[in-house]
Amino acid sequence: MEVTTTQNGVDLELLKPVLAEYAKVSGSLITILQKTQAIYGYLPISALTEIAAATGVAPAKIMGVATFYTQFRLEPIGKYLIMVCQGTACHVNGSEKLAQALSDELGIQDGETSKDGLFTLKHVACLGCCSLAPAIMINDDVYGNLTGDKARKIVQDIAKKTKEAAK
Amino acid sequence: MINVTIDGHKIQVSEGTSVLEAARRLDINIPTLCHIPGMDAEGFCRVCVVELVGARNLVPACASILQEGMKIITDSPRVFNARRQVLDLLLSKHNANCFACYKHGDCLFHRYCLEYGLQKSSYEHLQAWKPIDDSNPFYNFDPNKCILCRKCERICAEKQCVEALALCERGFDNHIAPAFDAPLGNSACVSCGNCLTVCPTGALYPKTLLSGHYNKMTETVCPYCGVGCKMGLLTHEGRVMGVQPLKGAANDGLMCVKGRFAYNFIQHPDRLKKPLIRKNGKLTEASWEEAYDVIIKAWNKAKAVGGGSAIAGLASARCTNEENYLFQKLLRGLGNTNNIDHCARLCHASTVAGLQMSFGSGAMTNSIAEITDMDVIFVIGSNTTETHPVIATKMRQAAKKGAVIIVAEPRRIELCNDAQFFLQIKPGTNVALLNGMLKAILEAGLENKNFINERTEGFNELKAYLDTVTVEECAEICRVEAALLRKAAETYARAKNAGIFYAMGITQHSTGTDGVRMVANLAMLCGQIGKEASGVNPLRGQNNVQGSCDMAALPGDLPGYQKVADPKAREKFSKAWGLPVPETAGKTVSEIFNAIDDGEIKFLYIMGENPMVSDPDLNHLEKVLAKIPFLLVQDIFLNETAAFADVVLPAASFAEKDGTFTNTERRVQCLHKAVKLPGEAKADWQIITELMNKLGYKASYSHPAEIMAEINALTPSYGGITYNRLENGEGLQWPCLNEEHKGTKFLHKDKFTRGLGAFAVCPYTLSREVPDTEYPFILTTGRVLYQYHTRTMTGKSAGVQEIAGEPYVEINRLDAHSLGIANGDKVTVSSRRGSVITTAKVVETIGRGVLFMPFHYSQAAANRLTNKALDPYAKIPELKVCAVKIYKA
Repeated sequence: MEVTTTQNGVDLELLKPVLAEYAKVSGSLITILQKTQAIYGYLPISALTEIAAATGVAPAKIMGVATFYTQFRLEPIGKYLIMVCQGTACHVNGSEKLAQALSDELGIQDGETSKDGLFTLKHVACLGCCSLAPAIMINDDVYGNLTGDKARKIVQDIAKKTKEAAK
Repeated sequence: MINVTIDGHKIQVSEGTSVLEAARRLDINIPTLCHIPGMDAEGFCRVCVVELVGARNLVPACASILQEGMKIITDSPRVFNARRQVLDLLLSKHNANCFACYKHGDCLFHRYCLEYGLQKSSYEHLQAWKPIDDSNPFYNFDPNKCILCRKCERICAEKQCVEALALCERGFDNHIAPAFDAPLGNSACVSCGNCLTVCPTGALYPKTLLSGHYNKMTETVCPYCGVGCKMGLLTHEGRVMGVQPLKGAANDGLMCVKGRFAYNFIQHPDRLKKPLIRKNGKLTEASWEEAYDVIIKAWNKAKAVGGGSAIAGLASARCTNEENYLFQKLLRGLGNTNNIDHCARLCHASTVAGLQMSFGSGAMTNSIAEITDMDVIFVIGSNTTETHPVIATKMRQAAKKGAVIIVAEPRRIELCNDAQFFLQIKPGTNVALLNGMLKAILEAGLENKNFINERTEGFNELKAYLDTVTVEECAEICRVEAALLRKAAETYARAKNAGIFYAMGITQHSTGTDGVRMVANLAMLCGQIGKEASGVNPLRGQNNVQGSCDMAALPGDLPGYQKVADPKAREKFSKAWGLPVPETAGKTVSEIFNAIDDGEIKFLYIMGENPMVSDPDLNHLEKVLAKIPFLLVQDIFLNETAAFADVVLPAASFAEKDGTFTNTERRVQCLHKAVKLPGEAKADWQIITELMNKLGYKASYSHPAEIMAEINALTPSYGGITYNRLENGEGLQWPCLNEEHKGTKFLHKDKFTRGLGAFAVCPYTLSREVPDTEYPFILTTGRVLYQYHTRTMTGKSAGVQEIAGEPYVEINRLDAHSLGIANGDKVTVSSRRGSVITTAKVVETIGRGVLFMPFHYSQAAANRLTNKALDPYAKIPELKVCAVKIYKA
């Protein structure tokens, strides 16, 4: 009989190397969660259940850790994660308007993912680049000195490029 | 010792004492919401802050350890204001609708708020109210009343060791939740209710809000398994309202779902309230006098025809020591028969026989409290988390402290999650496994030579036998890896303190006594016996099965295992009773039923037992019971067996009488009458006393204490176990020889009861029925956490029925696949003796070629399939192994 390790579209096979390396090393739960998130983009429940079985850490406790740190997500996110800085410098330089413009453009609120699965919007505390305020980060790239229109343009370009690349 | 000052009072305390403990000793009240006595302090709630002179900040009293010269102030305005502030903030998140709260009047948080002058919070409530989680059938969780003290999370993780709950999210979103925010009813929760016991508010509460409102708490003992948890039965104006776990030596304040929540049977409308007599084929209500008349006539008639051998009785592991004692006195003294047995025959008869041969006495050698001090815990043939839940918590606590757990079982049971070794053995191969372990230990040179030389006999014979076997062939018989078997055996042998725990998985075989003797061999080979935290521990199933054996509800024994065969013992009892004790050995359960079939036994008295579900090969038993000339059943419900009775007598439940139960660790504990009897029902000891009088014997017991006094005088191991002592203390563990004797924590110190421990040579033999082409599967039976025995009691609990109301058969996923059986399919399971239709539960946890059925359910009774092949010594039937086939119904 075929043994399947794919649950709800989550391929648990991908997790095996991580568990092989860390499951029996005590104190490595956060590392495992980080690596799991790097694989799937978020922490799927089926993966957390697998981690619990392999490490012997209770699922409830894993959930406690995963929800305590803001770096972990339990829901899938878009291809591009837009982090909108809400730090002091950005705030006084109009981050609120910037965030509104992005919400309008993408039709989503803080924490939500666009219908096409491309963008997730997240308000975060200081990104640490106050000289560029107001700033956002999209995946690993920082964009600074923004206005609402500039920000709209950036996401429009990304969307266009991605769609063209897909053709 | 260190010297400190608290509020101006000088006090000397030992090192490691916290401010909270020291203050309590001075009767200084410091509020605390998160502290659980006996557990590490975490300092979450901050309500216990005090001033430490010289420190900048206030410190939490629970988590601050005193040091020499410290000065503490607990009642300054600064302390008062800080505590008030903490309470104020907690109150801002709390749904203070106290009127609709289970804890109303008994709420610690409410009391503190009032003490600190808070009637409502000065902060705005900033969140939407969250829905109440009512998914568990026994209790609810109202997150709006939770003050995040984390006691529930900690008792679940550190004492119950289930870890169903955790603190999730941060800041305002901080909340207690099961994994993945699932409803509690769909989580790892085992419904033990221990979180309810510690919750300081009404956030965790039983379904019935009223259960917190009672005007009387009666200290008693749980009526379910052999652990013997102390509990308070809560009543209001004669109605049972609920159960409060108490701190007993065995349970340390913990309980399981059955004892905690399944109390509904006590005052269930189906309770028997009047005697019933069969008239024109129908059981009809009658008076006690009428019932006694019919019984005495039938008794005399049976006796006139066949003498004592025409009479037999089955006593009850759920009745008290005093009642079992009287029962055997009635049958032996007035019935002139030793035909007395009870369901211990079906559970630990092999233990009583096997351990008596090996050690000289058949009971748990250690105490439950010693489990947490063990380094290695070897569990074989016991699904402890389900059958003895509170003992399992001790094992898991030990594992948390670093103990190694070794599990040998046909199924991957829950305890395997805590185990370092899991030997998934084929059912019926215990003897081979244990021979393999002995051999492995000898090969590694790990046997305890001193112990073997000084305290045992028969080692050379054993060694000579073991020379003829190899570890590899033993491992192959059990279907486990030889290397794993060796490693497990060596781990056991190397341990400083190791305990073996076993139950029906060892005993219910045609080689049950051999299995028990092999367990004893293993312990003696390594010297892991006769020490604290080290021994052999048969886990007894029913609340008083230890006691009913002690009281000689057994065909070959008199109270305290004095032998019927011994003329001196007989003479002693004859003299004391003024009645002759018959010499002829009595019959065991199965032999009694066979003798009924043969027409020899004509009168059967069953007290508090339900063989029509619990005994093997029910189809055969059904025919036998239909045949018996006179069946007297004494019970609290009209159970499956009572349906065959000629007279049914309504008896008392544990809640309606005084008496004593002896738990699995030989501890005798008192139960107390909490509510009055339903209708005309009577306590079992009263019924037996009245029957004795009707039979012409002058018995005048007015209270069980008088019966116990008689037991004290005649039973050396119970010699000092008097009511006077029990009522003033913790409960005494036998042997307790006299009033000065403190009882015995662990057995066989320095010397075995029989002198030298006896090794036994037990070659492996096949189970009596093995799979073949027609019946290709091995069926093994067992129990589930929520149900108890034949469900006469747990079956009355709606919550239990909701979770575990339906019978099922477990089958390995690959076997199911090859038979085209899917999870939830109706299937027929058949053996040579019968056939039942049940539901398939497809699992990964059972080995291939093996099926498992819980035996509780009469609607698909596993015992219609089981084999009544007997162990030659103990006459225990082979309930754990028979050959069956399974197909889609």
